Amino acid sequence: MNEPVSNQDGFNRSAGRQLLLIAVGSVVGITLLMLGLSWASSLAGGARVSKGIDAATGTVTLALADEPPQLDSTRSTDTISSMVLGHVTEGLIKNGEGGKLAPGVAERWEITDTSATFWLRPDARWSDGKPVTAHDFVFAWRKTVDPKTASEYATIFFAIKNAEAINKGQAPVSSLGVRAEGDRILRVELVRPVAYFDKLMVFKSFNPVREDFFNATRGRYGADADTLLYNGPFKITRWVHGSKLRMEKNEFYWAKDRVKVNVLDFAYFSSDPNALINLYKDGKIALAGLNQENLNEALVKRWPINRFQRGSVAYMEFNHRKGRPTANLHLRRAIQLVIDPDEIVYRVIKLPGNVPGRSLFPVWLDGVDAKFREEYPAKRIMPDRVEARRQLALAKKALGVDKIPPLTLLSDDGALGDKLTEYYQETFRRELGLEIRIDKQIFKQRLAKMSAGDFDIVSAGWNPDFPDPLTFADLFASWNSNNRGRYKNPELDRLVAVAQTSTDVRTRMDVFGKIQEILIEDPPMVPTYEPGVVYVVDPRLKGVVRRVAGFDPDYTNVSIGEK
Amino acid sequence: MWRYTLNRLLQGIVTVWFIATATFLAMHAVPGDPMSGDRAVTPEIRKNLEAKYGLDKPLAEQYVIYLGNLARGDFGISFTQQNREVNDIIREHFPISATLGILAIVFASLGGILWGALTALYRNKLPDIVIMFFVILGISVPSFVFAALGQLALVKLNDFLGFSLLPVAGWGTVSHMLVPSLVLGLGTMAYLTRLMRSSMLEIINSDYLRTAKAKGLPATRIFTRHQLRNAILPVVTVLGPSIAGITTGSFVVESVFAIPGLGRYFVQAVQQLDYTVIMGTTVFFGSFLVLMVIIVDLLYGFIDPRVRVS
Amino acid sequence: MASSIPHIETTLDDFAPLAAEQRRQQLSRPSLSYWQDAWIRLRANRRAIVSLYIVIALLLFTLLGPLVWRVDPSAQDLDQVSRPPGAERTVTLAAPYQSWTGDAVLPAAPGLRLAYPANTQSVRLIWDPTPGASAYRIYRNIVPLLAGESLGLPIAQTLTDAETRYEDRLDLRAETYFYTVVALDAAGTEVNARQATSVTPVAVITVEEAVSRGLKVSSEPLKVGDTVRFKLHPLGTDYLGRDMLSRLMHGARVSLFIGIVAPLLFVGFGVAYGSMAGFLGGRVDQIMMRFADFVIALPLLLFMILFKIAFGIGPGQSGILPMIVALVALSWPGTARLVRGQILQVREEGYVNAARLLGARTNYLVLRHMIPNTMGVILVTLTFAVPSAIFTEAFLSFIGMGVAPPTPSWGGMSNEGIKSMLIHPHELLFPAVLISITVLAFNLLGDGLRDALDAKMRSRE
Repeated sequence: MNEPVSNQDGFNRSAGRQLLLIAVGSVVGITLLMLGLSWASSLAGGARVSKGIDAATGTVTLALADEPPQLDSTRSTDTISSMVLGHVTEGLIKNGEGGKLAPGVAERWEITDTSATFWLRPDARWSDGKPVTAHDFVFAWRKTVDPKTASEYATIFFAIKNAEAINKGQAPVSSLGVRAEGDRILRVELVRPVAYFDKLMVFKSFNPVREDFFNATRGRYGADADTLLYNGPFKITRWVHGSKLRMEKNEFYWAKDRVKVNVLDFAYFSSDPNALINLYKDGKIALAGLNQENLNEALVKRWPINRFQRGSVAYMEFNHRKGRPTANLHLRRAIQLVIDPDEIVYRVIKLPGNVPGRSLFPVWLDGVDAKFREEYPAKRIMPDRVEARRQLALAKKALGVDKIPPLTLLSDDGALGDKLTEYYQETFRRELGLEIRIDKQIFKQRLAKMSAGDFDIVSAGWNPDFPDPLTFADLFASWNSNNRGRYKNPELDRLVAVAQTSTDVRTRMDVFGKIQEILIEDPPMVPTYEPGVVYVVDPRLKGVVRRVAGFDPDYTNVSIGEK
Repeated sequence: MWRYTLNRLLQGIVTVWFIATATFLAMHAVPGDPMSGDRAVTPEIRKNLEAKYGLDKPLAEQYVIYLGNLARGDFGISFTQQNREVNDIIREHFPISATLGILAIVFASLGGILWGALTALYRNKLPDIVIMFFVILGISVPSFVFAALGQLALVKLNDFLGFSLLPVAGWGTVSHMLVPSLVLGLGTMAYLTRLMRSSMLEIINSDYLRTAKAKGLPATRIFTRHQLRNAILPVVTVLGPSIAGITTGSFVVESVFAIPGLGRYFVQAVQQLDYTVIMGTTVFFGSFLVLMVIIVDLLYGFIDPRVRVS
Repeated sequence: MASSIPHIETTLDDFAPLAAEQRRQQLSRPSLSYWQDAWIRLRANRRAIVSLYIVIALLLFTLLGPLVWRVDPSAQDLDQVSRPPGAERTVTLAAPYQSWTGDAVLPAAPGLRLAYPANTQSVRLIWDPTPGASAYRIYRNIVPLLAGESLGLPIAQTLTDAETRYEDRLDLRAETYFYTVVALDAAGTEVNARQATSVTPVAVITVEEAVSRGLKVSSEPLKVGDTVRFKLHPLGTDYLGRDMLSRLMHGARVSLFIGIVAPLLFVGFGVAYGSMAGFLGGRVDQIMMRFADFVIALPLLLFMILFKIAFGIGPGQSGILPMIVALVALSWPGTARLVRGQILQVREEGYVNAARLLGARTNYLVLRHMIPNTMGVILVTLTFAVPSAIFTEAFLSFIGMGVAPPTPSWGGMSNEGIKSMLIHPHELLFPAVLISITVLAFNLLGDGLRDALDAKMRSRE
């Protein structure tokens, strides 16, 4: 520039003033624009930013990990809709205090080896005031086993007469062994004795659905707040897809006096642990999970911390198909001997609530008089590099190779996914010299690859459907389609068959004890840990119940107290 | 003019068809399918499911059905959110992404123009150096780092104030929009600042500005009438692509701030292999992009007389 | 006006030819080719030159770094997880861990007490039974307890009242812990009977571990009670105790490989495609460009994700290939359009026509005019494509679709780092800073190149 400096400065100053004016103008403009938007959204009934706990209105604000895909109990498969359905609908029997069963829609019941009878309470009502009748159960159950519904949970009904034939399209839906005697008696015919039939009734697939309402929704049942009928402690009053779901106390619920809060507002759908803990910190939600990364902060802030075991079991499952090196018992044992569940929980996951996995049967299962694992302790495998290498040498000899070919470790993009698979890879390499190829897939592809047998080892797990050891015990029965590694052990098959038909507690637990031994001696999988969670709860929120089987968390009995 | 517009629209439709076909093929090349579930289902149930979604038909037939539905504007029903139409999902969640995007663009363009003009005025002086430092930061830091830091800053701010001035996550009120849209617009703002600065500097050297000064126009008039106005032109040209880019690229901000926008839905749908939602959103976003480009092309003809189409 | 022209006398001499000019037009400065000229101008741009040095330094860091710093990037050390740079490295040797039967070697005292000296292998606590208790809950805290405040982390709960001991092995560090044991009544609620103590474990590893990690300092065999120092990690360690420096070097390979190879490929393809369309012209050009328009209209990030899962990552593969394929498949049309436009423009330039009229061959035209005049644009596109490819990799890593584990990449590392940015900022800081520096260096270099190669700028300065 060859202009005199002072001139340029003068120009700049006036231009600067000009810019400042424009800047102030645009800030004012944006503020007005946003205020306008705010005013418009308040006209449209937009949400206020509510507090985590609002004692004045009896509102508890919470977060859901994700949006429930849909709330049709005949087709629902995921845990989030289970949790929502648990609050707004009720089956014949429900979970009561201290892990016991409690009457739900049924006042009392009687279960024999061949049949079950339920007497419904007269005051059970739908949210439109009409009574819940036995016909509603018959309709829902028929709907679930109907092949046209294509429910993934139809198999859970197969103990009921004709259910399997109906689902395969070999018998009419009306032949299902369940019928209503009047409005208040429901009779079920069983094809085999089911020791845990009462526990099964808690499961959402057995919840009632009213036929006239279902038909009136024309295929949109459970898709929105107004296309679902409620008979639980709460009803959904507002469901904005992707962002919030609001439950209010159901005035027609038979035990409405026991419901102590007016509103459960699930105002956020997020599974990002940092976002959730930030919301908690900000007083916007009353409960949030902690992860290893923000545990220390919670301690320093002196938040009340709780822990809870999810009830599921995580394990490394082997592929037993022909030609897979992992079909060899010695190789499986070698891997079993270098997996150290203590190290996994204490040094890698580092969150209390997680328990080192020692058995496929988790520690919370009930046995005869006490916990199953107390009565039938699982044999503890201590990590032993020397023995592991001996087993590896045996495996190489049996397979006729100098070096075990690279093994494929299938995993998915779950929360702990990478950390654990990388840990396993390095451990197997260091301890056994095994070359592990990680095959990380998105969840659905992992399942597809598992079913196709496209793996050597897979990090998998099992979530119980009902609180009975059988939900775990039959997992590796040769006929079970969830046995994706095609493990086959005739003795185990025989024992599972005994457990399925016996109704004697002692016999069944003995059988489960033996199954536990087989699963350790001839491992189809090696348990790694029992997942748990650590979470913070607003000290004013009382009565949150966490459960391993059934829906979780349970807010039906919460109340707002003092800190 | 009309002929040109019509021609562009026709091209746009062919482009959308191309996008739809590419998505369809890419989708069906993916191993696995939306029906794989945690619980293994019996072959009978699987068959029932496939029949229900029409996945048992040959691929060519599925393609024809798909195109037919598309022509009627029907994207089908979501696999994971059964009972919900993809149209509903787009209708409910796209406005959120769009609001976020528009606000981000407003912030980015206003900020870019102001900062850019400022840096050009004070070239190589303190304001220039300070602003360009932030511009460099804005260009070189990945958006997810910004988003995480932005949320952290909110928490710290609320912590410091002792009450919550701005919510740290969620959606619904204007206070929810402020920080996410700022974060979303940051990269673009930095880019526009740079653009504005260089175009301002180019104009400072131009003959017409020298003429204006020489003939003694008041400084304010020179600045607003000549310098600012002409310098904004290149900024306006890049706005079109930026709008589309910001609106489709907001996954990160949406997932960090728990905002129920369409971007987050898309990523979830991919993870769940939800065919219909994936195809619906891709085609929708694609059409949106095509439309944006056409509109900007046409608008540019109005703004800049030199490129007016005949 | 004619009248005002001054009258000039002309003589015949004026029309006589001059003597042959002795001095031909002389060049006052050395002749510079386009590239030499550009290079001089680039050199004068300090920012661009610094960026160039940074790029060279990054390449050296990537290529030579692993030869100098020979630490295995996948070697895990669970005793040194998430250590910041400069963390304490002294550690005492201890006997291998044995499970605890409940005995005690330390003298008995009332209340909650240690049974064994506490170390980072385990903290063994015993306490006095509380009458009427049905079970006990054990809390651990890292801040001193305050009346009426939370007791900290509920690490365990005994199954019965007979159990009055607990062994804590959860993520123990050489810090002070505040333990509290609370008795539970029959209903499982806490009663007001607490016993508390504070414990500072000693950092230990076993002799075997020390030997296997080569931590020996003298020739004497290591024994229990000796102190040794952990291996040095100049930039600290990550969440599995892996060396950050080494991982950053190996991650640079991935990030820079994707950042440089993908742009090279798609710019190369774009140049070939665009120049072909430009040269051939006519109908072929129309069709080729229409196709490029289609590809440009695909929403980039959405299709990146689709491509990534459609190609899939096989077991043991790093997933770099599908990412490069996707980047190339979706990014070439921009360059193709640009190059075609440039070719069309240059083809019509006066100097090209002049050269053609003077009898220049196609080869000469291409080498002398076409390439130099498009090369600038291509180079600039290339430098700007690098940052965007690096960002794309980082973005895909963020949504969990980046390269497969255990391959480190800067994007993946910063994504892991974000989760723990409050407690271990170094895990986010280093990869994020490296991404920023790389992106910045390529951006400034691109700016410099554009200024240096832009013919218009030549007349400016």
